[in-house]
Amino acid sequence: MTRGVCFLVSTRNNRTALALMAATCLLTAPAIAQEPKKGGTLNFAVVAEPPGIDCHGVTTFAFAHPGRPHYSTLLKFAGDHSNLKITGDLAESFEQAKDGLTYTFKLHKNVTFHDGAPMTSADVKASYDRIINPPAGVISVRKALHEDIREIETPDDYTVVFKMKAVNASMLTHFASPWNCIYRAAKLKEDPQFPSKTVLGTGAFQFVEYKKGEVWIGKRYDGYFRPGRPYLDGFRALFVKSNAVATGIIGGQFDAEFRGRTPKERDQIMEGLKDKATLIQGPWISSLLFTFNNSRKPFDDVRVRQALSMAVDRWGGAQNMSKITMLKYVGGLTRPGYEYNLPEDELVKLPGYGRDIEKSRDEAKRLLKEAGVSNLKIKLVNRNVGEPYIPGGIFLIDQWRRIGVETEHSVLETKLFFDAMSAGNFDVLMEFISDFADDPSAQFDKFLTAEKSSQAASRHQDKRLDELFDKQARTIDVVERKKLTQQFEKLAITQSYSASLLWWERIIVLNKKVKGWENQANHFTGQDLTDVWLDE
Amino acid sequence: MLGFIIRRLLLVIPTLLGVAVAVFFLIRVMPGDVVVVKLRADGAQVTEETIQAERKRLGLDKPMIVQFKDYMVGLVTGDLGKSLWTGESVAKEIAVRFPVSLQVSIMASLIAVFIAVPLGTLSAVYRDTWIDNVIRVMAVSGLAIPGFWLGMLIILGLLAFFNWLPKIGYVSIFEDPVTNLSALIWPALSVGFRYAAVVTRMMRSALLEVMREDYIRTARAKGVYQSLVIRRHAIRNALLPVVTVIGLEFAFLIGGLVVTEQVFNLNGIGKLFVDASTRGDFTLIQGLVLLIAAIFVLVNLIVDVLYAFLDPRIRLN
Amino acid sequence: MATATASPPSPTISANAIPTRENLVLQFIKAQPLGFAGFLIILMYFVFAIFANWIAPYDPEAVDFGAMLSSPGREHLFGTDQYGRDVFSRLVYGSRTALGVGIVSSLFGCTLGALLGAASGYFGGKIDTIIQSIVDIMLSFPLIVLAMVIVAVLGKSTFLGVDMNLVAAIAIPMIPRMARIARSSTLSIAQMPYIDAARAAGYSHSRIVVRHILPNIIAPYLIMTTAFIAQAILLEASLSFLGLGVTEPTPAWGLMLSGTSADFYKAAPWMILFPGLAITLAVFAFNLLGDSLRDWLDPKMKG
Repeated sequence: MTRGVCFLVSTRNNRTALALMAATCLLTAPAIAQEPKKGGTLNFAVVAEPPGIDCHGVTTFAFAHPGRPHYSTLLKFAGDHSNLKITGDLAESFEQAKDGLTYTFKLHKNVTFHDGAPMTSADVKASYDRIINPPAGVISVRKALHEDIREIETPDDYTVVFKMKAVNASMLTHFASPWNCIYRAAKLKEDPQFPSKTVLGTGAFQFVEYKKGEVWIGKRYDGYFRPGRPYLDGFRALFVKSNAVATGIIGGQFDAEFRGRTPKERDQIMEGLKDKATLIQGPWISSLLFTFNNSRKPFDDVRVRQALSMAVDRWGGAQNMSKITMLKYVGGLTRPGYEYNLPEDELVKLPGYGRDIEKSRDEAKRLLKEAGVSNLKIKLVNRNVGEPYIPGGIFLIDQWRRIGVETEHSVLETKLFFDAMSAGNFDVLMEFISDFADDPSAQFDKFLTAEKSSQAASRHQDKRLDELFDKQARTIDVVERKKLTQQFEKLAITQSYSASLLWWERIIVLNKKVKGWENQANHFTGQDLTDVWLDE
Repeated sequence: MLGFIIRRLLLVIPTLLGVAVAVFFLIRVMPGDVVVVKLRADGAQVTEETIQAERKRLGLDKPMIVQFKDYMVGLVTGDLGKSLWTGESVAKEIAVRFPVSLQVSIMASLIAVFIAVPLGTLSAVYRDTWIDNVIRVMAVSGLAIPGFWLGMLIILGLLAFFNWLPKIGYVSIFEDPVTNLSALIWPALSVGFRYAAVVTRMMRSALLEVMREDYIRTARAKGVYQSLVIRRHAIRNALLPVVTVIGLEFAFLIGGLVVTEQVFNLNGIGKLFVDASTRGDFTLIQGLVLLIAAIFVLVNLIVDVLYAFLDPRIRLN
Repeated sequence: MATATASPPSPTISANAIPTRENLVLQFIKAQPLGFAGFLIILMYFVFAIFANWIAPYDPEAVDFGAMLSSPGREHLFGTDQYGRDVFSRLVYGSRTALGVGIVSSLFGCTLGALLGAASGYFGGKIDTIIQSIVDIMLSFPLIVLAMVIVAVLGKSTFLGVDMNLVAAIAIPMIPRMARIARSSTLSIAQMPYIDAARAAGYSHSRIVVRHILPNIIAPYLIMTTAFIAQAILLEASLSFLGLGVTEPTPAWGLMLSGTSADFYKAAPWMILFPGLAITLAVFAFNLLGDSLRDWLDPKMKG
């Protein structure tokens, strides 16, 4: 069911769009009562191209959007971001032992692969073994995240038991990962690389065709194990450049794009489609960070880092930048609105989050002076990705100018960006967080020391953060874990080895006939299309 | 004639080999590699170990000299290798995208010829009159308008005034000519405009040159009606350099569609080239550069042969 | 025209055909009014580039959220962009980028090309074969493809405010094109009897090249350099448009059209119109001047 969260943004130039938005938000409400209809083909745009088709080896939404409907996972996420739950997908029921060291899954018994073979616990075991211990020639990108699993037992055809080496608070999230597709054990045995050549899953849709750079086609699988699903006859994922999405939706060439659009594109589509649009706007587990190179002077000085963070008017910036780009929310290290968040009244006391920007900038100038830094010139390395990296860079540079700091903006292609990142060839690096679930262990990863995390770019040596990180990662108790994560967040923001700029807003505009899709605050999950239907 | 063609074909080989070697080493000087883009671009938590494993799988861990040997052996046997991004064969990746680029180039050439030959002729015949000046200024501005901007104006114009845009996704002209042409005419126009300007200028100066030549003067002196002179003799001879320009521009075009395909969101080899180079897909870049160079060299060869064929005064050695 | 009467071995700017400097300018204006118009437009861009600090009413990089997407008017002559930056000021400063990159890369590429071509044509033999095969290889890379590869290969480095990486990317593809032309001009002269005579008289290569060859390729050199400036400006704009050239927030015309600017076509069409016009006018002016110079200096091309 669509529970559209509608944030009204006051755009100076677009009164009609505003009125339309308000109208659509009202219009979504009655949809809840509507009976889903069967049939029809969903056309949607994908703005990038996947480097491969093996769930275990890819990391991009460009695969998740066209690929995920063909597969099933053990668990999955259900609901929208405001009431997100982990539920069973292939698992009919599941249980986490009190000590957190055993997970037991009872599987649905009527599941078949698209070639007709029944799915059993052996397939689950083989698939997870492939993730944890990939055979030669197979790339498992999330191997390290599963290293706490000691062994997988299959007492019978429809029961799988995971035994853990240690408690891992994120384990259920991983079992619900959109990347942990279940493959057919017999095929993997013949050829471990089978999934990178052929799409064979148990999902609601059968694979039909993939034309490179053009289209990916799937059709409903009649043997799908959930009765009455899917509603759609099929889907067509069209690979287009980002700049063609708005016009494509208006022109009716496709009905949706599930990564997220800019506010301007939203206005354009809303105006073009008039009353034939559904707007779903909400949070996104994605943010921009600016990371200091702590091995370079003067960024090894906490006063300099704090000053540069305090120069940024996050509250004002959020208000204005959200009119032109997807940067919208002020937040710390976790997604604004997440249950583990630092409360706002605590956040505003931390450096860089004060509401009074003039005061904050005076303090920043004072700190710089105290640190003996004058005429600071910064090399900001950014990614050559239009939205929202470049706007974020323009904003940050302008904010620093206001305390007299000059910036050289070095915009690099993705491959050169990561090169500069690992070589430490930057003063400040514009980084990003983009995860498939709210999970402190995922979002905090970039704030650790280099020894602890391969994602960390800030080159600091502060072990306190690593210790807190480990503690929270091994604490299942929610209240206890929350205490630890908030401690981590406070320490990380105060030290500002890496500072959060703004969190993104996920703006999805659908043709109104598309129903049953929900924003799970990320662009990786919620894409199996089992519940999506067309009202036509 | 045949001997001439064979001699020229043999000369093509060292040039293409040079291109192949140059591109191999040029792109390997670039820092950063495809594996990082593949695994980390979307923010996944990937360990160094995984990255090394993928590099190994793709054979990027081999010494450069070994990679070079593999590449050369492949070239000799006609194998361009596999795309580092998709694992699909380079030849196949290119073959999927080539028809779009080829069709746009051909359409642009046709548009250019249809506009340029009459305009260039008019300009030459009415030299130094206002007609000539108007055409010349038009031609110079045709050269000046950036192709991507013209493309943007066309797209936004269609959208703003007609609320219509061509269908996304390539349909073969043999399958559905209407959809195909309604989508590809716009990029062809935006490229053809500049192209027409180049050819118009060439047509004008070639005609002027020819008209000065003795036999035209003789014909005129004999009292042959002027338009007949132009039609019979001048245009035919002036077409020679024009053919050259058309050929050269065509060869440039097919590689130069890079920007146009971005603007019009066409799934052609120009877009593929941009994608391949932002990803660092070495094998695909190599394949594409070789293909574009081969087209350039071959078109040059065809132009030369045609030239020799059209103008018997040129000796074939 | 006076220059048309110059003697064949030296068909260019021969001293006796051009009496005084004043006359030269006047003659050009009279003979090539269109070219002179182009020259005036170029002059305007130069004034913009040199005196940008005084002419631009706003700081071109200053973000002003209060003035987002303002329409053209008294406050902002050409309106503002989505960050509230003044479009006119960005265009004025953008002419620095365009002229800087355009002229430096064109001089670079044409000079190197002319030297290579002259050497190739003059010495002939092995040197000619080697240079020509390199030229052939370089020519078979399309301009923009070669430029993109070079941009990716070279690191970023700025010299006197001009991005040398970008300059190289634009200049290198020009070298073979200029070399071709210089070679054929040189060949036609090197075969003249008086050059043979000079050789026989034992004059050094350098003396022959400097005294006889170079003066004869100066005309094509000037013509090509002017024409290539236009090409270079276009190429810089295209590369910046593709996100491979100048980076934000530095003002550059092609960059102003890239990214999401097209999304603002309804709310702020001036963001798309003015930068495109700025590029077109500049390229147009250089082309006009280049054409007129050719007509004027090279009698062979005259009607």
